[in-house]
Amino acid sequence: MKQLHKDKAREFLRNKDYARWHDETFWSVRSKRDAMASSLPEWETLREKASAIKRHTLTHLDEYLEQFTANAEKNGAIVHWAADAAEFNDIVLGILHEHGVHKLVKSKSMLTEECEMNPFLESKGIEVVETDLGERIIQLKGQKPSHIVMPAIHLNHDDVGELFEEKGISNRKGDHDPTYLTQQARISLRGEFLSADAGMTGANFAVASTGDVVVCTNEGNADMATSCPKLHIVAMGLEKIVPDYDSLAVFHRLLARCGTGQCSTTYTSHFRTARPGASPMHIILVDNGRSSWIGNPDHWESLKCIRCGACMNTCPVYRRSGGYSYSYFIPGPIGINLGMLRDPREHAGNVSACTQCMSCQTACPVKVDLGEQIYRWRQELGNIGKANPFKLALSDGMSLVFGHPGLYKAVTAPFRPFHTVFKHLEK
Amino acid sequence: MKTALFIPCYVDALCPEVGVASWKLLRHLGVDVEYPEKQTCCGQPMAVAGFEAKAKPLAMTFEEKFRGYDYVVAPSVSCAAFVREHYQHLLPPGHECEAAGRTMDIVTFLHDILKIDKPLGKFPYRVSLHNSCHGVRVLGLSSPSEQNIKPFNKMADLLSLVEGIEVVEPERKDECCGFGGMFTIEESAVSKRMGTDKLTRHIQTGAQYITGPDASCLMHLKRIAHGMGADIQFKHIVEILAAGL
Repeated sequence: MKQLHKDKAREFLRNKDYARWHDETFWSVRSKRDAMASSLPEWETLREKASAIKRHTLTHLDEYLEQFTANAEKNGAIVHWAADAAEFNDIVLGILHEHGVHKLVKSKSMLTEECEMNPFLESKGIEVVETDLGERIIQLKGQKPSHIVMPAIHLNHDDVGELFEEKGISNRKGDHDPTYLTQQARISLRGEFLSADAGMTGANFAVASTGDVVVCTNEGNADMATSCPKLHIVAMGLEKIVPDYDSLAVFHRLLARCGTGQCSTTYTSHFRTARPGASPMHIILVDNGRSSWIGNPDHWESLKCIRCGACMNTCPVYRRSGGYSYSYFIPGPIGINLGMLRDPREHAGNVSACTQCMSCQTACPVKVDLGEQIYRWRQELGNIGKANPFKLALSDGMSLVFGHPGLYKAVTAPFRPFHTVFKHLEK
Repeated sequence: MKTALFIPCYVDALCPEVGVASWKLLRHLGVDVEYPEKQTCCGQPMAVAGFEAKAKPLAMTFEEKFRGYDYVVAPSVSCAAFVREHYQHLLPPGHECEAAGRTMDIVTFLHDILKIDKPLGKFPYRVSLHNSCHGVRVLGLSSPSEQNIKPFNKMADLLSLVEGIEVVEPERKDECCGFGGMFTIEESAVSKRMGTDKLTRHIQTGAQYITGPDASCLMHLKRIAHGMGADIQFKHIVEILAAGL
């Protein structure tokens, strides 16, 4: 086990001002989401529909994957299947080598984090440049995302200003004005887009009936990454498939509202085929555990997740412990569950990070039963030798005392138990 | 309508006044209430900690002890929620759990079953309402702030029957207090931070009392208030509903 959430969280909370800022920042994101939810009278119907579509799609995934692949190929895309992270990385490297790529620009993708693609490609001599501003910041800082939608949220403008000075991106020393820093990042990234040989995007959705890959960003960086270089590679998990445009519309209405409290992301781009003169688009469908998770009766619904981040924004424990307190690269309620699916022995230390308040699953746009799944994971910790020994001993003791009313009476006698008072009342 | 009172272990041992008030209130309302002897625990603390097997014998005992009652009423939302949500799968396969459908928290019982609407006693104070998570998001005592549904609050409805009371809610009205059973032991740093934040928001309402449907949340907040030297009192909602009766 890498680390225990409880220990990391204790460290995180030592800096009280920072912890307060973190909690309030994410609460404000949640409040924006609430305002969006309350502005749509059909909100709860949308959630129910979104959940039903995901359940349907995941339980008919073979058919939809075949349909998607057939349509994508008809559109001229080249579709690859990767069974695991290693195969995915090899496929990417193969495509890059085939096209003589030295520099790859990327828009945001949690899947490439999952597969640890960047360090792999870098070890093979490929320069990888993240172009989502948050991702770029943490890449330059050598960090990992602390949140799936706002990866650099843990840093403030002074942190970024100093980083940009050090990396030569900004040259007005001490000017940490966010607008100035953003402009400098933009100038720097323009150069990267124009000099890159290939662009990679993730996928928020992939539409089976048309072969579209749909990417949602606020910065337009996915569009730059796909319209400057002549090669576009899409990395997507199997679970990103939706049946058709009608179902896509349901998720499109929920994603940004839940994630950032916007009606829609600034850019929603559909990629169907390469532009004239460019190389064919490559789409890599990645399994990496997903097809076996669908067969897990207690936990398969975690695959419904659309990665909006609403569960972590609302989680009172996430807000007070930060993304780095979790051992899995995805934090918060969905991260606890996905980490346990990935490797329960490695990530069992996150399962304590839940009061069972159920706010996560009440906020979730696709109704993943996040809190209930955490309850079920806790039941499995004993079987894998990861039960907390103190809690186990306490539970043993309670079980003994509560199983024997006489013993219970004796143990609780000093506290004036109710049944004593009750006897008195009866008289 | 035969009704049994289920007094959870921690209420019995640590705040028996909540049990007494529940008894008084139900008797005042003319409920044919009984208190079956030799009750202990529903098994929730062990199960939520990850040890359901240790809760199974308790679920069987509960099922036997409360057999034959139309309603089993508890002044605790988390215990009632546990029985309702988890007992069916804790009992041996093929055994239809009767307790699960008949057990309810006392707020639901008063509001939905008895539908009380006559004035109760007097409690002339400003009271901040603690919307306990399992009450809000499992048992439906109030509309969760995450959802877009018509706002309601069964606890506030009941408290409006008390003369002189002014009911207020803290900011972030249904954010968790951080108790969470053994969470408070295992994740003590986060638990304390959450409790401190929650208590601070309750105090900011200017209330003299904090009330709620679950004594475990209140005990957690009380312990933190004691540590901070905060000048605020705690009463379980049944204590206020039974005040002066």
